[in-house]
Amino acid sequence: MHIMEGFLPPIHAAAWGLASLPFLVMGARSVARVTREHPRAKLLLASAGAFAFVLSALKIPSVTGSCSHPTGTGLGAILFGPSVMAVLGAIVLLFQALLLAHGGLTTLGANIFSMAIVGPWVAYGVYRLARTLGGPLSLAVFLAASLADLATYLVTATQLALAFPDPVSGLLGALTKFGSIFALTQVPLAVIEGLLTVLVVNLLIQYSRDDLDELAFAPGVVR
Amino acid sequence: MRRVNLWLVAAVLVVAVLPLILPLPRGLAEPFAGADAQAQAAITAANPDYQPWFSPLWEPPSGEIESLLFALQAALGAGLLGYYLGLRRGESQRRKPDSDRARLDAQAVDAHD
Repeated sequence: MHIMEGFLPPIHAAAWGLASLPFLVMGARSVARVTREHPRAKLLLASAGAFAFVLSALKIPSVTGSCSHPTGTGLGAILFGPSVMAVLGAIVLLFQALLLAHGGLTTLGANIFSMAIVGPWVAYGVYRLARTLGGPLSLAVFLAASLADLATYLVTATQLALAFPDPVSGLLGALTKFGSIFALTQVPLAVIEGLLTVLVVNLLIQYSRDDLDELAFAPGVVR
Repeated sequence: MRRVNLWLVAAVLVVAVLPLILPLPRGLAEPFAGADAQAQAAITAANPDYQPWFSPLWEPPSGEIESLLFALQAALGAGLLGYYLGLRRGESQRRKPDSDRARLDAQAVDAHD
């Protein structure tokens, strides 16, 4: 989902940067509030960031014959709410842009928008909806994390289609083209991300029920 | 719960390894290339005039250095996550009265009496 450095025209780059900015400000305030109100959960917040750090470093083969990576942003979004992940995701993307030449500074706004904003909000929305409808916790967590992963890549495909509409088939043609590169490849990876997120939530319920209670996450669910 | 977690790990391994075993789709320029690079190639193919207007400030000087930094990123994340889970696991076991540790402590007290 990393749009490479310099690969969005300046206007697009600036627009996505501007779109991401309010979410980053809101996210910074959320991080400050979480650390103030739930000091006990600080280490868990850092761990949610760490989860995104690991998962976005793992390039995994897919049935389409190409490789891509999960994002790991769903876990933090369902534990702490989606806005903190704007900041944690931005840290991951900045690390990769500066040290790995993966993504870039000019495309940072666009990449933050797909991975650190849309992904987490989709995770949060799906999780809340599944729980409200009475879905079991594991199913809600799985759907939240995997759909967030997919949504991130669909946003990337859309961003590229908007910037580079196909000369013949236009915006829709470009969307199909970039969608087939990203979205199809991502399906098995989204499944992996969903399963790993369920695994971590299981471990948290088993060993860290107090921290989850502090955040009022899945109250009453025990091992 | 432990059994469920083992199955989850097994399922992850199957989904990750399966693409390596299944026959590759035809017409691939390079098997298991990165999707990001493919998107970049698609842009350049459809818009030959497009010139990236900014280049990375620093690039890993070789593929080895790049994989070093990716490994470092994964290690930092996994390290912190493992530290957190290990810490909380230790705390929860010390609190549980029926844990081995508590039993051992109780035996030690008995031995003193």
